[in-house]
Order: sequence, then C-alpha cells, then structure tokens
Amino acid sequence: MNYLSNILFVIVLVIGIFMFAKNMGKLIRNVKLGRNVDRSDNSSERWKTVLWVALGQSKMTKKPLAGLLHIIVYAGFIIINVELLEIIIDGVFGTHRVFLEPLGSLYPFLINAFEILAFLVIVSVVIFWLRRNILKLTRFHKPEMKGWAFNDANNILYIETLLMSAFLIMNATDWNLQQLGAEHYHATGQFAISQFISPLLSGMSEISLIVLERGMWWFHIVGILFFMNYLYWSKHLHILFAFPNTYYSKLTPRGELDNLEAVTTEVKMMMDPDADPYAVPEGDEEEPGKLGASDVLDLNWVQLMNAYTCTECGRCTNVCPANETGKLLSPRNIMMKTRDRLEEVGKIVDEKGKFEDDGKSLLNDYITPEELWACTTCNACTDACPVLIDPISIIMDLRRYLVLEQSAAPTELNMMMTNIENNGAPWQYSPSDRLNWKDEE
Amino acid sequence: MSDRNLLRVPTMAELTAEGKNPDILFWVGCAGSYDDRAKKITRSFVKILNSAGVNFGVLGSEESCTGDPAKRAGNEFLFQMQAMTNIEVLNAYDVKRVVTACPHCFNTIKNEYPKLGGNYEVIHHTQLLQDLIDQGKLTLEGGEYKGKRITFHDPCYLGRANDIYEAPRNLIKQMEGELLEMNSCKSDAMCCGAGGAQMFKEAENGDEEVFEARTKQAIDANPDIIATGCPFCNTMLTDGIKMKDLNDQIKVLDIAEIIVKANNL
Ligand code: SF4
Ligand code: SF4
Repeated sequence: MNYLSNILFVIVLVIGIFMFAKNMGKLIRNVKLGRNVDRSDNSSERWKTVLWVALGQSKMTKKPLAGLLHIIVYAGFIIINVELLEIIIDGVFGTHRVFLEPLGSLYPFLINAFEILAFLVIVSVVIFWLRRNILKLTRFHKPEMKGWAFNDANNILYIETLLMSAFLIMNATDWNLQQLGAEHYHATGQFAISQFISPLLSGMSEISLIVLERGMWWFHIVGILFFMNYLYWSKHLHILFAFPNTYYSKLTPRGELDNLEAVTTEVKMMMDPDADPYAVPEGDEEEPGKLGASDVLDLNWVQLMNAYTCTECGRCTNVCPANETGKLLSPRNIMMKTRDRLEEVGKIVDEKGKFEDDGKSLLNDYITPEELWACTTCNACTDACPVLIDPISIIMDLRRYLVLEQSAAPTELNMMMTNIENNGAPWQYSPSDRLNWKDEE
Repeated sequence: MSDRNLLRVPTMAELTAEGKNPDILFWVGCAGSYDDRAKKITRSFVKILNSAGVNFGVLGSEESCTGDPAKRAGNEFLFQMQAMTNIEVLNAYDVKRVVTACPHCFNTIKNEYPKLGGNYEVIHHTQLLQDLIDQGKLTLEGGEYKGKRITFHDPCYLGRANDIYEAPRNLIKQMEGELLEMNSCKSDAMCCGAGGAQMFKEAENGDEEVFEARTKQAIDANPDIIATGCPFCNTMLTDGIKMKDLNDQIKVLDIAEIIVKANNL
C-alpha cells in the first residue's frame, strides 16, 4: 500500500517527461525544416547576448513596470522550482521534506525565500491579469489577439497562480499537521507567508489536513508537468526558446539585410565579360532554388525558431508605424501566422513522413501582400522585441518572392525599379543631369 | 549668381585626370542629386566642405542609385546589379572613405556593399561635420539659431539601423540651439514613413499617413525648427507641416542647412 504512491508518482513523472521530450523533439524537427543559415560565428558575442537579453531580460526594462513584474514572475518561478528537486526525491522514495535534516537552518531560510517569491509572483500575476483584462492595454487587444491567443495568455496566469497557491497551502497545512503531532510531519517552524494561511485551516481534522497537504503536493508536481506539456501549444514556449533564439539572433547592424547569394552568383556571371552566356553551370543539375519565400519551408531555421519564440507581447506591433496608423500590418501577427503555418506543415510531416503540398502557403493564405507592402523596414519592431525576433527578415523574404518569382510588386514600385534599371535613379532623370544642383540656386 | 554661390565640386574623373586622389568621396545620392528640396541640402553641405577646405570629390554622372529602394522592394537582383556596378566604379577610383547626407545610401554602402566586394569607411555627413569641428576646420556660430527651439527627428537608417544618435544632436547643442526631444526619440523614434521603398508608392489603407502621425509628434514638442539628417524624412515632414498649414511657424531643415545659415556661408 505504501509503495502505491511512489509507483504512481514515478509513472506520472515518466509520462510527463516523456511527453514533454516528444513535443520538444517535434518542435526542433519543425524548426529544422527551415533552410540553412550559418550562425556559428562569434560565439562569445552570442553568449553575451544570451546572458544580457535572455537571462538578464535587458530589453524588458523599456517598460519598467512590466519589466519588474516579469522578472519577479520569471525569477520566482525558476527559483521556486528548485523545490521540485525535493518533491521528486520525496515522491520517488516516499520521504517527506528530505532536505530538512541535511540543510539544517538553511532549510527554513530557503523555504521562507521561496514563499516570499511565491507571494510576489501571485501579486505580479494579478497585476498582469488586470492590465490584460480590466485596463485592456491596447497591445493585448489587437485583432490577432482574439480566441486562443487571448485565452492562452490568461491560462498561463491562472496556472501560475494555482501552482504558487498550492505551494503556500501545502506549507500551511504542513505546519498545522506538525501542531497536531501527525506522523512524518517534521517540525519546520512557521514560514513567512503560509503562517497567515495556517489559522484559516485550524478547525480541520488531521485526516482532512493530510488529504489537503497531499493534494497540494500532488497538484504542485502534476501542475508543473502539465505546464511543461502546455508549452507546446503556448506563447509561453519563450521561457525555453528565448535562450537559443537570442543566441542565434542577428549580430550585424539592424539596417543590414542579407544579400541573396544565389543572386550574387548570377549577377557576377552577367557582369563578367568573359563568361559564356550559354554555359551550363557545372555539376548542378538541380532546379535553381526558389528566390525569396512563399511558404515556411523557404524560410531559414532561425526565422522558424523566431516564430516559436514569439511571446505575443505586441511590443513590436505597438511601435510599428504601419500598425499605429491603422494599416493591416502587425509584425506580431507575421510571427504568429508563421508559427500557425509551421504547425500545419508539421502536422502534414507527422502524418505523411514528409511535407506534401496541401494547396496552401504562408503567402496569401496566411500573410497577405497588403500587409507586406506596408512595411517601411524601420526596425522599430526588431528594436522593441525582448527576445530579438526579426519580423523584417520574413517580410523581406516574402516580398522577394513576390517580386523575383511573381513580378507582383505594386505598379508604382515597378515604375521605380524600371527607372533604376534605365537611368540609375528611382525617378526619371538622366544620369547626365546628376550634377545640375551644382549650378542651381 | 554671386561668387559665394559658386561651389567647387570636382568629379573623380577630373581629379584622376589631374593625377589627384581626394581624401573622401561625397556620395550625393539620388534624392540629393535630383529632388528639388534635397538639392538644397546637397548645396549646403558642399558649402561647408568648401569653406572648411575639405579635399573631396563626387562621381557626378558616374554615380548610380545604391539599389536601396530596389532591395527593400524585394528586387534583390536589381539591387545587386546596382551595387556591383557602383562598387566597380568606386574601386576603380580607389575610394577609401565615403561621406553621404542620405542615411539610406549610408546604410547600404556601409553594411551591404562589403559582402559584394565594396569595403570603405562610410560616414554620415553629421559625423563628418563633427570631425571638422574637432579638427578646428569648422567653428559653429549659433547666429540666428542661438536659443531657437530645435527638435531632431532620427532617421531610421541612421538611428536604429546604425545606432547613430549623438552626432546630429551635438551639432545642435554646439549652435546653442535649445534641443527639444519628442516623446518618442532616438531608438524609439517613429519612422517618417518613407523607408522600405514606401517613398515611391501610395500607402496601404489605414487611418492616417505615417508622416502625418510623425509630424504631429514633432509639433507636440513645440519647436521652431524640425531638424533632420535625411532627404526622405525631410520631404515627409515638410509635407506633414504643409498639411497642418504650419509652414510659416515651423521649418523643416537639414542639419547642414542650419549650419550654413547660422555661419552665413
Ligand atoms: S520594420 Fe516594418 S513591421 Fe517592423 S515596425 Fe517598421 S514598419 Fe512595422
Ligand atoms: S515578435 Fe517580439 S515584440 Fe513582437 S510580439 Fe513577438 S516577442 Fe513580442
């Protein structure tokens, strides 16, 4: 009988971790569906970025209140989960508060710290909830934030509150049980926050206290396992993906767009007076690659990882001049739609073993040309993003496809480009007039 | 035309024929070459270069669009054609340093040309102006701008794109202008709406134009002058001010123009 709960615990733990690993494997496989891009350079600079931006959350300080609350929730959440180690050992071996003895007086200090953090997490989460649901900050109520995106954000707040409450209630009941002299409940003294909950439970019998205490203990660990598995469906994936995402972020100046290498080869050939225009390029029988992107498989893996990392915070959309002036473009939505399409493509790969055309694509079915053409490439979005996501690179790759593969630029842009081709300026002026300004006034 | 309106603008071809190689190439850019408003900025900058005795050259008819608007419109092919043609010309003249008054040209030549074989030290004209002051070749006299309320609009391709915020501001301060910041400035500055090839097309449907929104922010700072360092921003904000019927109260000027007027060059 005694072993039943240990066995049950191990089963729950193994299933939880197994499912989590499986989901993560799927996410990583999906990211790897992207084209290759080399970000293996400059590892010291990259580690610095991870420490500063992901761990240090340097970008979050721009909005001081949100930044402070976020760091509390984040740090609180991570630190309190050190408790998890004790829970797992207790669960597997049927011990109770196994660290109490070896840690001695350090133990109550730690639990006190955890409790205070848990309390601060709850306070922060409540403020977050109010900002989202009562104050209705505009960035949380843009069109792309309807339905799942909106519920997801609240779900996380609820899960966090429940987990933290379970931890506090568990400690409170533990103390009440100590007072009743219940078996296994070693004296720990009262803790900073749970001491205020204990009196509320004072009338309860030993058996109902034990049920409550065990219930909260189980809730805590099952809740964590549930949360880990929830990440797969959630914007909360950023608690993991923020690290690789910042590591592999773009280090070059924001204004620099990549030069398409396939085009470079072609242009060099064209400009080389010695090149034979009819020569068949050696050794490459394959179709020349598609220029730009029409679907997620044409994007590179960093762009796909960006999509999974997006926290849907809307800092980008909030400062996007196109969005601010009422245009359809929302950089957050570009990332959300990329993730949605990638999920869809991932499901096809799950079923068929590889991607098969489903008659849909990221371009048009998810992201419309109207959104793409509204971007001024101003970099407000990339500057604002707390996890260094680059929506412009996706916008640009889709534009490239529209122009290079479909010749589908807006008419005025075609005129501008024709002018550049014909007379080396976006307007119709002759190169011989370039110095006219010298003598005008 | 009076004498002081005569600009000395040697072309690289002329200089090379005389066996000379200037210290720096002034990349004028398409707006600076052809746009009526931007040409005034170009002339102002050259006046300063002339008076400071800077040994520079221009490409004249050998200059061609950097390809920035084509690239940002998605036409990588046209961009690289332009880039490689320009790089060939620049390399043939053995250009080492480039200065430009256009942040778009600045960004493209500085960041996107190197991987195509064009490696130069590229600076924005506000940076060169500061260098001239530091070297004692240019002294700023506040003149009519002393105490004037001046706000600086950060061009995206100078600010966020390349992290240059201070050079233009320092110039304003040295003229003893009263530097006012808009609510969103520096890395938070709102775009004027011209970048990413938007300059050349109608805007998508929305509530208002980006330049209107940005102009409102500038007006809210209550300036006498909106200073900027980009011919495209200049056009957009000038339009915005006109639309609000404020062109008598608020002037949109490039930093180089302010210096020329203040120093009475
Ligand atoms: S770069 Fe484009 S998407 Fe990003 S903020 Fe500017 S206009 Fe919006
Ligand atoms: S792209 Fe970045 S700034 Fe925009 S919503 Fe996602 S995480 Fe937030």
